[in-house]
Amino acid sequence: MQRFSPRAPQPATTMNTPQYPSAYASKKKRTEQIVFFLFRLLSGAVALSLLGILGFIIVKGFSVLSWDFLTLPPTDGMTSGGILPAIVGTLCLMAGSACFAFPIGIMSGIYMNEYARKGKLVRFIRMMTNNLAGIPSIVFGLFGMALFVNYLSFGDSILAGSLTLGLLALPIVIRTTEEALKDIPDAYREGSLALGATKAQTIWHVILPMAMPRVITGLILSLGRVSGETAPILFTCAAYFLPKLPESLFDQCMALPYHLYVVSTSGTDLEAQQPIAYGTALVLIIIVLLINLLANSLRKYFSNKIKTK
Amino acid sequence: MSKLDVKNVNFYYGDFHALKNIDMQVEEKNVVAFIGPSGCGKSTFLRLLNRMNDLIPGARLTGEIRIDGENIYDRSVRIDNLRKNVGMVFQRPNPFPKSIFENVAYGLRVNGIKDKDFIESRVEETLRGAALWDEVKDKLKKSAFALSGGQQQRLCIARAMAVSPSILLMDEPASALDPISTGKVEELICDLSNKTTIIIVTHNMQQAARVSSKTAFFYMGELIEFNDTKRLFTNPEKQTTQNYITGRFG
Repeated sequence: MQRFSPRAPQPATTMNTPQYPSAYASKKKRTEQIVFFLFRLLSGAVALSLLGILGFIIVKGFSVLSWDFLTLPPTDGMTSGGILPAIVGTLCLMAGSACFAFPIGIMSGIYMNEYARKGKLVRFIRMMTNNLAGIPSIVFGLFGMALFVNYLSFGDSILAGSLTLGLLALPIVIRTTEEALKDIPDAYREGSLALGATKAQTIWHVILPMAMPRVITGLILSLGRVSGETAPILFTCAAYFLPKLPESLFDQCMALPYHLYVVSTSGTDLEAQQPIAYGTALVLIIIVLLINLLANSLRKYFSNKIKTK
Repeated sequence: MSKLDVKNVNFYYGDFHALKNIDMQVEEKNVVAFIGPSGCGKSTFLRLLNRMNDLIPGARLTGEIRIDGENIYDRSVRIDNLRKNVGMVFQRPNPFPKSIFENVAYGLRVNGIKDKDFIESRVEETLRGAALWDEVKDKLKKSAFALSGGQQQRLCIARAMAVSPSILLMDEPASALDPISTGKVEELICDLSNKTTIIIVTHNMQQAARVSSKTAFFYMGELIEFNDTKRLFTNPEKQTTQNYITGRFG
């Protein structure tokens, strides 16, 4: 008598194989093809529309790009000349808001993920940061005007504009820093603490370097956002026409997005200003693109520095 | 004076009573194994000895744990100094994403040692001690992640030994390794036992029998039996121990 055991081979006849309906297999395959076709179509559409925008701006704006366009202030009631003050202004605002938002944002992110006890307070702060990220930028502008321009009497200035833009960038920086840190497994924290490292040493020497590539992505995203915003600087910094380059933090300045708005909607001769508008848009896009490239190489640099291969 | 002296320790995760009235004395330069079924509290107890459980919110301890006579839960104790003295090796190898050299040097650096020559000689010495030197001496600058799992675990042991701890805690150090790597780690444990006191948590009773001189059996948060390894496996005092080591449960 054969004793039953799970390993004993069973005769094939007793195997209970279900009879799969043959039409079902081809139906499955057809559904899959349709779904994937849709996915492909949609991703293609996204890529195409992006290329469309870029192409449009490049075609329209490329002809005005010249050395003079980049190095001269606007002339003749903004119908000719260059956009140097706007370029310089935008770079100043980006640098200023970065100086404000990066350290504070990164430190807040570290605090929220590494130090704060997981509880109501952290949940509240996180909720507020998320809400902050959703506030329309014009509201930031209004708040910046009330606080920085009037109450702290910085006046319409690069300082007030940078701080307002910094506020806008802050939630992005905090959230990405926090998420980046959260993804580092606790095994690394424990490994470091178990060697007698303090919490600060652990964060500085092990956790932060590991999170750095992703933190930088967040920083760049926020810079991209800052460089393109018009509303927050509308009442806090931006000058309609100011050919002179800014000399101090308390000067007003021109900025690319605002200049773009101005030359396309108001001025002495909209017809003549139009190429300038496209040129301005192109320069703005190029700046953002350059920053992204810089970010990529920074990310690579930090990824190589933490040796995972 | 015992190296480790545990008196009447109770430990809670929130409402859960994880360890009940633990008493234990461990003498210096011994290898002690903790065995018991999953969830019996052996790892929890191990992690009390270098205060790793401090990181868990809602954890609470009563009783005393003394190392070299000093209560490690005393307010005056600096946790980083304690952890330097009581090293730990984890279940999964967790080298840092740094070079092999920097992994071993890390413990020295965070404890304030800057002398380059000293660090270099210490790294070589510990890697030799962990029987890893010959395998890695030509690629010290390479990432620790390029090593095999078993090599990574021995690197972690070297990393822990670099700061010369007087107690080394090992939390199932071989459970993620293949049999050959496990054998190497066990050999290493025997080698290290003349330098430091080793406490090892293991699921593998043969491993406990091979490496340890004393064994503690935990069950449901209680220390059921703590005895010479030979005695515990051949002639246990308690019925529960007998049941566990003969495989009747767990």
